[in-house]
Amino acid sequence: MARRRDIGAAAVQSKGWYKSHQWLLLRRLCQLSILSLFLLGPIAGIWLIKGNLASSMILGTVPLSDPYLLLQVFLTGHIPEVTGLLGAAIVLVFYLLVSGRVYCSWVCPVNVVTDTASWLQHRLGIKARTHYSRQTRYWLLGMTLILAFATGSLVWELVNPVSIVFRGLVFGLGLGWGVIVALFLFDLLVSHRGWCGHLCPVGAFYGLIGRVSLLRVVAAKREQCNDCMDCFDVCPEPQVIRPARKGARGQRSPVIKNAMCTNCGRCIDVCSKDVFRFGLRK
Amino acid sequence: MAINKSITRRNFLSNVLGSACGAALLGAGLSVYSRQTASMPALKIRPPGALDEEAFLGACVRCGQCVRDCPYDILHLAGLGEPVPLGSPYFVAREQPCRMCVDIPCVKACPTGALDHSLENIDDARMGLAVVVDEENCLACRGMRCEVCFYICPLLGEAITIDLLPKTGSGKLPRFIPVVHSDTCTGCGMCEGACVLQKSAIKVFPRYLALGQEAEKYRYDDKGEKVMDEGEADDTPFSSNPLETINRGRGSL
Repeated sequence: MARRRDIGAAAVQSKGWYKSHQWLLLRRLCQLSILSLFLLGPIAGIWLIKGNLASSMILGTVPLSDPYLLLQVFLTGHIPEVTGLLGAAIVLVFYLLVSGRVYCSWVCPVNVVTDTASWLQHRLGIKARTHYSRQTRYWLLGMTLILAFATGSLVWELVNPVSIVFRGLVFGLGLGWGVIVALFLFDLLVSHRGWCGHLCPVGAFYGLIGRVSLLRVVAAKREQCNDCMDCFDVCPEPQVIRPARKGARGQRSPVIKNAMCTNCGRCIDVCSKDVFRFGLRK
Repeated sequence: MAINKSITRRNFLSNVLGSACGAALLGAGLSVYSRQTASMPALKIRPPGALDEEAFLGACVRCGQCVRDCPYDILHLAGLGEPVPLGSPYFVAREQPCRMCVDIPCVKACPTGALDHSLENIDDARMGLAVVVDEENCLACRGMRCEVCFYICPLLGEAITIDLLPKTGSGKLPRFIPVVHSDTCTGCGMCEGACVLQKSAIKVFPRYLALGQEAEKYRYDDKGEKVMDEGEADDTPFSSNPLETINRGRGSL
């Protein structure tokens, strides 16, 4: 397992650097743009959007709310205002179309931290051997919902690193740096893809939304696959690729249907044989 | 074959139980932690219209839209390590009191109703209650005609009035005691912000801390047992408790 080759080197050679990083670049641009839109108000006084990922208001007219948080609010026994509910509905419909975990790979700032940890891990050949089930996140998701119901308080929000980091970036980070460093070190040294791929209940929730979503990655030209395994190595949820990539003999669909696929598009980037592309669920 | 099966089942079970127990332990820890962090420090005040603290912590999603829409920038979201539940909004009256905007933009901005949208008149807000905590240092109480808190109060002459105590002898000053009225004070904190002392002699506290409460009226027999409530007591002209008879007599004087 001492494999320390350059993931995507073959793709860089055949497609060029830009083509083999285009979805990654687009994603980073998207994450940065969203953060910048929120920061434009407090820094430049241009208020296009107010609030944070928990709930926000675009130009004083279009509300957006995190459906996961609103569900917790419901469970505490409080009925939110119509603006909050409408915002959650809008967000819900959006992720039903583009897949829930697009939140993780295109919006969430923690993704940048854990992707960097994973990249560095590979570069330095660090083995983070603590293994636990990828299903753990569903238990944590259940736990956060039960806690909201049992205590009548949004307990998870006291420690949720996802909201701490984004709210910190927009409203002032303070000791939130510690959370970022902790997440980075955890993913780098303790567990490979530990937070986003195994534990995060926010990702688990959005993954559940993605079970029926429209936009999917498709292994359209899987017959061209040369088994280089670059897609597996770069994928944050490698278990989602196998059925679509190797399903030709069993007549299984080439669509990656597993809801935990984040639609990050890195498999499309690193494949020198152009096996993958974005497509629709069929 | 049978062995293989039992091993996979064991693996499966230990995996599932492991995650489940981990989640349960974390949940138990978190619920204890949340109880410890649930109480607000006395001088941190919620925005107008905030639900009771317990309900507020279940309804507020910590989005900060109230903070953004406050035209005076008085509100903060609690950061990590602050003794306020993480991410929830508050202000400190001594630094920046609430200016009691007529249109209450902070409440309108709240998407969940953690700031109650039924608050339509800012004078009905009950963010806290001002208390003259230090009569020894209060200049007006010492007879020095300060009364800044009285004049700065947005509900002038209603929430704070001045009780005049005439001078009690030569060399003594008349005293002007600021008195806060709980039925009108909104807890905006203008008085606390304006107090001219280095440390304010009038402070806004949460109402549950600031207010006393009358005991339910009851009486005891000679064995210390509760015998009648107030309604029953009205049926008998005389009380078995001589103290009560005396008090009743004094009241009619």
